[in-house]
Amino acid sequence: MSTPPSTQPRTTRSSRRRPVTRPNLWQATSVTVALVLALPVLVVFAHVFLPTGDVWQHLRETMLGEYVTNSLALLFGVGIGVLVIGVPVAWLVSVCEFPGRRIFQWALMLPLAMPAYIIAYTYTGMFDFTGPVQVLFRDLTGLGYGQYWFPEIRSLTGAMLMLTLVLYPYVYLLTRAAFLEQSVCVLEVSRTLGSGPYAGFFHVALPLARPAVIAGLTLALMEVLADYGTVAYFGIATFTTGIFRTWYGLADPAAAAQLAAVLLSFVFVLILLERWSRMRARFHHTSSRYSNLPRYQLRGWKAAAAVTVCLLPILFGFLIPAVQLAFWAVQTVDHWVNPTFAQLVFNTFYLAALAAVIAVALALVLAYARRMQGGFITGLAVRVAGMGYAVPGTVIAIGVMLPFAWFDNTLDAFMRDRFGISTGLLLSGTLAALLFAYAVRFLAVSLQTVEAGLGKIKPSMDDAARSLGMRPLGTLTRVHLPIMRGTLLTALLLVFVDVLKELPATLILRPFDFNTLAVRAYELAGDERLAESSSAALAIVLVGLLPVILLSVTIERSRPGQQQRAQQRGEPRQGEPLAVPAGAQTA
Amino acid sequence: MTTRAMAPIHAAEVVLDDVDVGYSGQRVVHAVSLELPRGQIGCLLGPSGCGKTTLLRAIAGFEGVMRGEIRLNDQTVSRPGYTLAPEKRNVGMVFQDFALFPHLDVARNIAFGIRRWKRGDRDRRVKELLRLIGLSGYERAYPHALSGGQQQRIALARALAPKPQLLLLDEPFSSMDVELRTDLAREVRAILRAENTTGILVTHDQNEAFAFADRIAVLNNGRLCQWDTAYHLYHKPADRFVADFVGEGTIIPGRVCEDDCVECALGKIRGPLSSRFVPGTPVDVLVRPDDVELDLASGEIPAEVTAKTFRGADFLYALRLQDDTEILCVAPSHDNFVVSDHVRLRLNFSHLVVFPRGDTGAARP
Repeated sequence: MSTPPSTQPRTTRSSRRRPVTRPNLWQATSVTVALVLALPVLVVFAHVFLPTGDVWQHLRETMLGEYVTNSLALLFGVGIGVLVIGVPVAWLVSVCEFPGRRIFQWALMLPLAMPAYIIAYTYTGMFDFTGPVQVLFRDLTGLGYGQYWFPEIRSLTGAMLMLTLVLYPYVYLLTRAAFLEQSVCVLEVSRTLGSGPYAGFFHVALPLARPAVIAGLTLALMEVLADYGTVAYFGIATFTTGIFRTWYGLADPAAAAQLAAVLLSFVFVLILLERWSRMRARFHHTSSRYSNLPRYQLRGWKAAAAVTVCLLPILFGFLIPAVQLAFWAVQTVDHWVNPTFAQLVFNTFYLAALAAVIAVALALVLAYARRMQGGFITGLAVRVAGMGYAVPGTVIAIGVMLPFAWFDNTLDAFMRDRFGISTGLLLSGTLAALLFAYAVRFLAVSLQTVEAGLGKIKPSMDDAARSLGMRPLGTLTRVHLPIMRGTLLTALLLVFVDVLKELPATLILRPFDFNTLAVRAYELAGDERLAESSSAALAIVLVGLLPVILLSVTIERSRPGQQQRAQQRGEPRQGEPLAVPAGAQTA
Repeated sequence: MTTRAMAPIHAAEVVLDDVDVGYSGQRVVHAVSLELPRGQIGCLLGPSGCGKTTLLRAIAGFEGVMRGEIRLNDQTVSRPGYTLAPEKRNVGMVFQDFALFPHLDVARNIAFGIRRWKRGDRDRRVKELLRLIGLSGYERAYPHALSGGQQQRIALARALAPKPQLLLLDEPFSSMDVELRTDLAREVRAILRAENTTGILVTHDQNEAFAFADRIAVLNNGRLCQWDTAYHLYHKPADRFVADFVGEGTIIPGRVCEDDCVECALGKIRGPLSSRFVPGTPVDVLVRPDDVELDLASGEIPAEVTAKTFRGADFLYALRLQDDTEILCVAPSHDNFVVSDHVRLRLNFSHLVVFPRGDTGAARP
């Protein structure tokens, strides 16, 4: 054999069962990675116990109440909004049949590509006094300035609307997946027991999907808590804007960290809620027999209503803002067909690609650690490392900045003291800090994807390769990597796009004079140069479409009962019998 | 067959010598010894959790042994502190879930273990195996596009491709339809014969074992109860567990009355007895459904039908004797008695099987 002897444990199954006697390399690695990635959150929490200065006192007396009420109001408003939009459309496209259903099925995910702050800039530009809508209104009515009332988009209600429009897909996605995964048996049993289609939905399908609805809701609410771009632009005092204000305006890192800690406690409530609902989701799968649900054919006004209900969120959440952005981008061609913009795109892509590679590499290490050496400690480490997805970028940025700055200052002071040289900023204010923050925030994205991919490689496949004369390293290169290739690309893409869209952490941690598309769009919009910000915004949206497309393809293919025909890419046919009985063709 | 001409005769003789296997310091298999002659097909049979799969994995080299030795063709491959790596044993394995590589098509899956062969030889071997398993023309298909039975044959072909000296099969038919299992077992047996390979199958299904194996090891709680032919397992079970696990039957109380005679609710039954059963010893007697016959004309034992199962060619009757002892009886299906009919029985014991009273091992009611 030409493959060199490998240092890897021999086989996955036997090593997993073997008692832990030798130095446990996998476990040590995973625990180290988890601790390093948990550092920002730990730093932020540690500040709860630090003595508080005047600023915190001041904050508590003046602003804290407003932060809490505004954040809660946003959570409440957006929560209602995403449920009202997400659940009905999920039900329509997965249970009913009406014209355009197949298109709506994926088009309803389009707003995922639209970051909230971008949709906020766009609608502000459209509904401003000088924007096309009010101009048209004045032309039609002949009224002038101050003679009519027009809703103010830059308000708390406006922010709720913006966030709802781009966050409902979380609820839609998870709820639809739950409807599709529901065992047809359960629904058929309910019909044999006398429930009609509507009763069946309300008494069986919806209660079964409830954990998924809650999981989708908590994901959307985590995004609400993490949002900085929208609320900052609309001038709403929430936790994230408060942290920025305390950090930059009041120059009090400790107070900013304490605010961040309060925000984190909100997040943890959501995490617990999400875990709980996912745990319940497991109990809700009672049977493993699946088939296409027979859809209810809608006709006439019912079909028209269904089309309208599905069309509106796509129209307002994606089409209108996208067209507006494209329109502006055409108007401001000079602002983006130039080397500066090319440099900006290059910077952003370079940063995002680097972060994606790091996040996927770490995810691979953790996922293999869990596969090779399962067990409580490794499992816990992996879960801690994946916690970052729930932590707002602002909080992570603070948690990265404080220890890194402390390290730089201490080292600098030490070196100046001893050797008379200044080391300056080694970590803070460099790409290293930014990349670290991205790794913390987006590891979960890559980890989830990589673990799912690795899960497809059954332990028996390792054993099969071994029994066919393949050594462990050969098994890795000939079996694991080829099977995982698609998964790894997906993970890279997902992290890449998330980094592209990320705003607050980038704002705080980016090196001086280093700009990304998101930061550029934010700055231009803040200067009321909305049209000019459109090119950067549009670039983000266009790249953001890639994972949406990927997601819709994956969902279509991962449908239970579809695996048999997975290669045929085609749409599942209606009313097909259950999977061909195993072995039926062998006689 | 051309296969045999091409393949060197190298089927392994398998010897397990007092083998203990376990994980994390816990022994799962205890003191198993058995020998499987070259070219024969063996089976590890037992209820789930009896350690049969663990034992198979030890033979494959995925688990080490804690005591004893495993030898293939007189080469020690496992002993405490030494486990020859699975890839060096020249042992093929078919997994319960087939474990086909999803990223490779059928031809590449089969060729996986012979990737170092010359291209021409390799292609010939793949073609030959596909013909053997009746799937010629499927070279370019991917595993997920195949039915369970087809995947199962591909897994078999893949394991056979490198001409292993021993082929291990871990419940390979468990995901198949029940009606197909014994057919498949017979088919696989024929393929193994054609390939001239020693084989070991793990299963919990005795019909599969009977259809597949020359010799069967019945395992219970990690211990080997009996290593024998199917005929002997049925007619000369070594203990009550084997008697109960293999085949149908009831165990009724009796007493030794002479050196070669036991008295029970069925009267006196004659047959050779071990010398440890002296007259007067209380014993349990195994009554198989074919040990008694319905004979309305000259039968001496009256009984009442309490239940019956139609099995096509015959009926399986549950009968109650006069002292309320229940036994089973198989009878051709042209007579059709109904529940609570009174019938008469005649003894037809070809093998008398008795166990000391109070021997452990649960008996079926």
